[in-house]
Amino acid sequence: MSARSVLDSGRVGRVLLRIAHEILERNGGGDLALVGIRTTGVPLAGRLAATMESIEGRAPDLGSVDVTMYRDDQGRLGTAAVVGQTDIPFDITNRTVVLVDDVLFTGRTIRSALDALMDFGRPAAVQLAVLVDRGHRELPIRADYVGKNIPTSIDQKVQVRLAELDGEDAVYLEGN
Amino acid sequence: MAQEVRHLLGMEGLSAEDITLLLDTAESLAEVCERDVKKVPTLRGKTVVNLFLENSTRTRISFEIAAKRLSADSINISGSGSSMSKGETLADTARNLAAMAPDAIVVRHPSAGAARLLADIVGCHIINAGDGSHEHPTQALLDILTIRQHKPHLAGLKVAIVGDILHSRVARSNLFALRTLGAELRLAGPPTLLPRAFEQFGASIHHDLAEAVEGADVIMMLRVQRERQEGNYFPDLDEYARYFCLTEEVVSRAADDVIILHPGPMNRGIEISSGVADGPWSVMMHQVTNGVALRMAVLYQLIVPGADGIRGSETDEATAGRESAGSVPPPRQAGGASGGRA
Repeated sequence: MSARSVLDSGRVGRVLLRIAHEILERNGGGDLALVGIRTTGVPLAGRLAATMESIEGRAPDLGSVDVTMYRDDQGRLGTAAVVGQTDIPFDITNRTVVLVDDVLFTGRTIRSALDALMDFGRPAAVQLAVLVDRGHRELPIRADYVGKNIPTSIDQKVQVRLAELDGEDAVYLEGN
Repeated sequence: MAQEVRHLLGMEGLSAEDITLLLDTAESLAEVCERDVKKVPTLRGKTVVNLFLENSTRTRISFEIAAKRLSADSINISGSGSSMSKGETLADTARNLAAMAPDAIVVRHPSAGAARLLADIVGCHIINAGDGSHEHPTQALLDILTIRQHKPHLAGLKVAIVGDILHSRVARSNLFALRTLGAELRLAGPPTLLPRAFEQFGASIHHDLAEAVEGADVIMMLRVQRERQEGNYFPDLDEYARYFCLTEEVVSRAADDVIILHPGPMNRGIEISSGVADGPWSVMMHQVTNGVALRMAVLYQLIVPGADGIRGSETDEATAGRESAGSVPPPRQAGGASGGRA
């Protein structure tokens, strides 16, 4: 099993800066809310929010969602799926909500997150920002903002490491 | 390597890791209970039978709400309206219920060991909601969740459990769990309701209430169980209250930030004065609120395959330990072995 770096620390930072600009450009800087998907999407959303604040002088609302209870593959994971906290301390109804996650793969996590979000209200629009799109979608879901498209084979693993969680910013591709 | 636990029969045998996992899961699920839409789809299509063969308000409603908030279908059966009033045995009732393929049965029964009996004869998950004077694990878990929210460090915490220890399944479950978590345990009650044998739990025994409460961080009051007292354990309720009623004067001897728990239903003026029950130390309504989230956590961890899974502290490996996903692990129980009284 080999692991090669596909994004290093500097590129992760530049990619997030670009996504922050894209979100603001597309939404005219409007009344935005960012919701990170646990676990890795949460610090990503936090960084995007901070970057957007430094650009526009105004911070978007920031929340987090745990999708464990909404998954359609519970029991197929076979690994620990700790139920995390969901924290959306604002009303999402009639707002534009940007979901933030690290890797877009089958689309099932995003489907779960959409269901979770709808239990909190009726957003005007939901957009999706991901650091990496690795393909292999199983549902008709696409990202609005993509940090990097990485062609992968189905057996490979994409590992996103962030300073807040793992002590470094990097994306690795494992396997052949 | 410990195997998956299929049943929650008691706190005896549950490891500190299992307890912490259930409490942490409950903390996360508590958020669901604060939403406008208090429902997540995780147990959609699962069926939970509440088989309550003894009176209950809090526990039964709490389990029912917990199942519904996880989108499970819950069905309630009580003794009086069922075939058990026609003489059917518990085992036969359980077999008939199991034939309708529920995913879990929550059982309350006046006899110790009833939950274990069910676990041995039916294939679904069994959750003990109180079996006689034996155990009431979800009550202990919600008590400890409540304590942890006020006192994050359980190790070394001074916990006094007061009242009818002999007949109390709540006390027994809390003793097992709090001992596992390293709390300093004190028991108080009249000698007839607190035999020396309870020293086995590593608890100190007190027949003087003030002595037990001195400096305590947590006081856990128990209900005087008039229905379980065929014998004369004390002369009369007035005399019991004179020595063991928790009054504001007694509470003043505990730590300044003491919290007071009671599993309900309480007998005001017998084991606890109204001043204390309604006072600033009381966390009884937190207990009730926590009960729903805690029972959601128990249902989730037992029923959802591939959830973290409570594992039990027993280390008997070998028997089909590592199952591949999808196969059915062999029945195992968490705790609750003997059904006897300590």
